[in-house]
Amino acid sequence: MILRFSRRHALALGTALLFVAPLGAEAQTTLLNVSYDPTRELYQEFNAAFVKHWKEKTGVTISIKQSHGGSGKQARGVIDGLEADVVTLALAYDVDALNKKGGLIPADWQKRLPNNASPYTSTIVFLVRKGNPKQIKDWSDLARPGVEVITPNPKTSGGARWNYLAAWGYALRQTGGSDATAKGLVSKIYRNVKVLDSGARGSTTTFVERGIGDVFISWENEAYLAIKELGPGKLEIVTPSISILAEPPVAVVDKVVDKRKTREVATAYLQYLYSPEGQDIAGKHFYRPRDAAAAAKYARQFVDVKLITIDEVFGGWDEAQKTHFADGGVFDQIYGQ
Amino acid sequence: MAHVRAYRVLPAFGLSLGFTLAYLSLIVLVPLAAVVLKTATLSLPAFWQAVTSPRVLASYRLSFGASLLAAAINTIFGFLLAWSLVRYRFPGKRIVDALVDLPFALPTAVAGIALTALYAKNGWLGQYLEPLGIKVAFTPLGVLVALIFIGLPFVVRTVQPVLEDLDTEIEEAAASLGARRWQTVWRVVMPTLFPALLTGFALAFARAVGEYGSVIFIAGNLPMVSEITPLIIITKLEQYDYVGATAVASVMLAASFVLLLIINGLQGWTDRRSAKVR
Repeated sequence: MILRFSRRHALALGTALLFVAPLGAEAQTTLLNVSYDPTRELYQEFNAAFVKHWKEKTGVTISIKQSHGGSGKQARGVIDGLEADVVTLALAYDVDALNKKGGLIPADWQKRLPNNASPYTSTIVFLVRKGNPKQIKDWSDLARPGVEVITPNPKTSGGARWNYLAAWGYALRQTGGSDATAKGLVSKIYRNVKVLDSGARGSTTTFVERGIGDVFISWENEAYLAIKELGPGKLEIVTPSISILAEPPVAVVDKVVDKRKTREVATAYLQYLYSPEGQDIAGKHFYRPRDAAAAAKYARQFVDVKLITIDEVFGGWDEAQKTHFADGGVFDQIYGQ
Repeated sequence: MAHVRAYRVLPAFGLSLGFTLAYLSLIVLVPLAAVVLKTATLSLPAFWQAVTSPRVLASYRLSFGASLLAAAINTIFGFLLAWSLVRYRFPGKRIVDALVDLPFALPTAVAGIALTALYAKNGWLGQYLEPLGIKVAFTPLGVLVALIFIGLPFVVRTVQPVLEDLDTEIEEAAASLGARRWQTVWRVVMPTLFPALLTGFALAFARAVGEYGSVIFIAGNLPMVSEITPLIIITKLEQYDYVGATAVASVMLAASFVLLLIINGLQGWTDRRSAKVR
């Protein structure tokens, strides 16, 4: 077929341009929020709320784009030049990378917002099949022979690192617990892992859609979301005796907002996460709110669980990363055995 | 005259060679050079450690092993497919012909997800295979299945035109000269097809070695078991280990290049041999 550029085509093209042109001319303010895997639904609702809030406050209509993926991958994208006005990632280590590898934000980024720059927290729970056929109650049950465990790869997934460290922390807190017993438990758990996806959402799909595995070590919010999506009655949540306090942090990316002149709105966007409205949306999406009122409102949906923190048990993310997840670290040793 | 230039019969040799080199450099050599340069920032022992750690070695075995096997299987069945498409007439032939190209066009992620859904233990095929003790999804076998899927068109599409050019009269001539069926196939058909089969094999292999999208969904991605080399590279990148990633990439590059060179050499050899026979 030979394409002839007829008058009709020209007309069509002209009309098309007419529609496209105003979009470019007005230069509407946009924000890009680069986030991790399971926050899609949270930020969809939060973004709509913030756009409305900003319009009421300043009269300016903005639009917000969101990007999701494994936390490490997302941070690398930003370092490599993805123009994120704000990042909302799974763990502080990945935001730190923006400082250390990219020089995009100052070292004290975690001091710029309340609560270590984590507007909401979460923790790690187990998702099991209906009726809990393998009788999984606690971390030690994941190490039993014959139990199939699903968790993402801690080298690429932020959530998976929390999973791994929670199991480690549990073993340490048992009577007679030491690094050796912890390594033993974690090794046994990973020997039961049959599929190692690169991100949390991939693992959810493997467990929920493909029907692989007896237990899925998951973000609390992701577990509730899976149950909500799939309808209750197919899956159950089991809360272990000890878990870890996960603090997903947020930050304005200084280099980008200065270039795009969006600092004011980007900062307001993150601060809005701490507002009663933002906190309520977080609770609605099964993140544990920091705000007392919202926390009280959603208290019923969260089990009270003993939470260890990364700082008290592992001496912070840098240490944990170096010891456990760097090449040749404990995680590699587990698979090298 | 002080200087005599030998003119070629075809004009514009200089221009086309210049264009070829410039284009190749821009599209192929510059990115590859970046890989090598980035790798060069690594000291030799560090490089060696990065590319020979047990996990990485296991991934080479899987990536190259599964790719070679997939390419071999594709060569056999791709040849049969091409043969059927060229030599026989049957209803729905054009549809089958079009189907062959589908793995080309399908986004690899879609292929991977479809294959995984099919072969998982609750999938259409998986539910029957699993009770027999055959696990495809989330095992190295799954990797092989995905690589066969994406490599098939390469063999069919390289063999098909050569087969179409191969006159049946030659076979008839062989038969009339007293050749048996297998002699005709082995001594007349095969030598003509062999270079095309090799090309198809090389293309399917090269594609399989570099494949990421479709494999990642079906592989299970367990270290030491079902991790392909491209995943190792991605994993290293996600740990901000750019140099380590390019080191592994450069090893892959070198290995693929050597293998393709060998296949090319083999092709030249068979070409010369069949020319001699004629």
